[in-house]
Amino acid sequence: MMRYEYRHWLAGLLLLLGAVSAHAVVNGYKYPFDDPDDIARFQHLAEELRCPKCQNQNLADSNAPVAGDMRDKVYELMNNGQTDEQIIDYLVARYGDFVHYKPPVRAETYVLWFGPLLAFLLGLLILRQMRRNQKAAPAPLTAEERQQLEQLKAAVSADSSNDQKANNS
Amino acid sequence: MNRFILFVPLVGFTILAGLFFLTIDRKDKDVLPSPLVGQPFPEFEMVSLETGEVVTRDDLLGKRALVNVWATWCPTCKAEHSFLNLLAAEGIRIYGINYKDEERKAIQWLASYGNPYRWNLSDTNGQLGLELGVYGAPETFLLDSRGIIRGRHVGDLNARVWSTLEPEFESLP
Repeated sequence: MMRYEYRHWLAGLLLLLGAVSAHAVVNGYKYPFDDPDDIARFQHLAEELRCPKCQNQNLADSNAPVAGDMRDKVYELMNNGQTDEQIIDYLVARYGDFVHYKPPVRAETYVLWFGPLLAFLLGLLILRQMRRNQKAAPAPLTAEERQQLEQLKAAVSADSSNDQKANNS
Repeated sequence: MNRFILFVPLVGFTILAGLFFLTIDRKDKDVLPSPLVGQPFPEFEMVSLETGEVVTRDDLLGKRALVNVWATWCPTCKAEHSFLNLLAAEGIRIYGINYKDEERKAIQWLASYGNPYRWNLSDTNGQLGLELGVYGAPETFLLDSRGIIRGRHVGDLNARVWSTLEPEFESLP
């Protein structure tokens, strides 16, 4: 039992040692970090930030020199103890909202944020309207209409009995 | 009322088609607006490419000026260079930021194509470029006499572009 615990500790220690020399590998470049949580943070930031040069890629994927500079800056700011929010704000202040894949909620982005919801609600409304129209039971016949119906029925049955007679003869 | 619903997709399509049509011809769809317009030019303390003397933000002040970001690896910079020479000859102040380049090549370039710049900064590691939100070269910033950025043009600066920028530039204090 004692021995088992000892091995447990050893494994933990090895893991810790491994973590000390760990680094994030982004686009072939190594970014060493002391804290394994920071590796995930760095990777997340590099994926959430957008390269202004090759506009369909994030900082992690882009080979553009400016993307490399921006990655280095993110790394530097992280090591200076800045929070994710501060780092994103730093880049947005220089490159604009464009660099962040998540646009801010502002008057000019309301359509972007709430447009789909609006379209969905409109769709629901239309769907409900269509269903209601389908299900609506036909209005009961008025006395006049009923009378007409009876006359038509009488005429049809008179017709068919005449036909039968004609066939029989 | 029921029939009216049948036209909803058509109306939606027409609105979308109209929006797409309005933006289909936009030439500048890759150009990002700079959040730095209206902001002071960032502080810096760097050496001049030509003389090796230390230049700071204070050296930009006093008169409206253009700050041009260029590099020898950038073909468009070559294309706009003669126009910059022309502007400089007209007496317009132009300061240069030699962006992510080799000093030797830059000096050679200025010697062979002419030097329209009052002075150049050599931003070898692109740090000043990062402060300015530069994402490619060439880029040209319009600066007023107090060192406030008043505009930015991304790409080739030529006679056609200048005809739209000039009134803006001339109106700067």
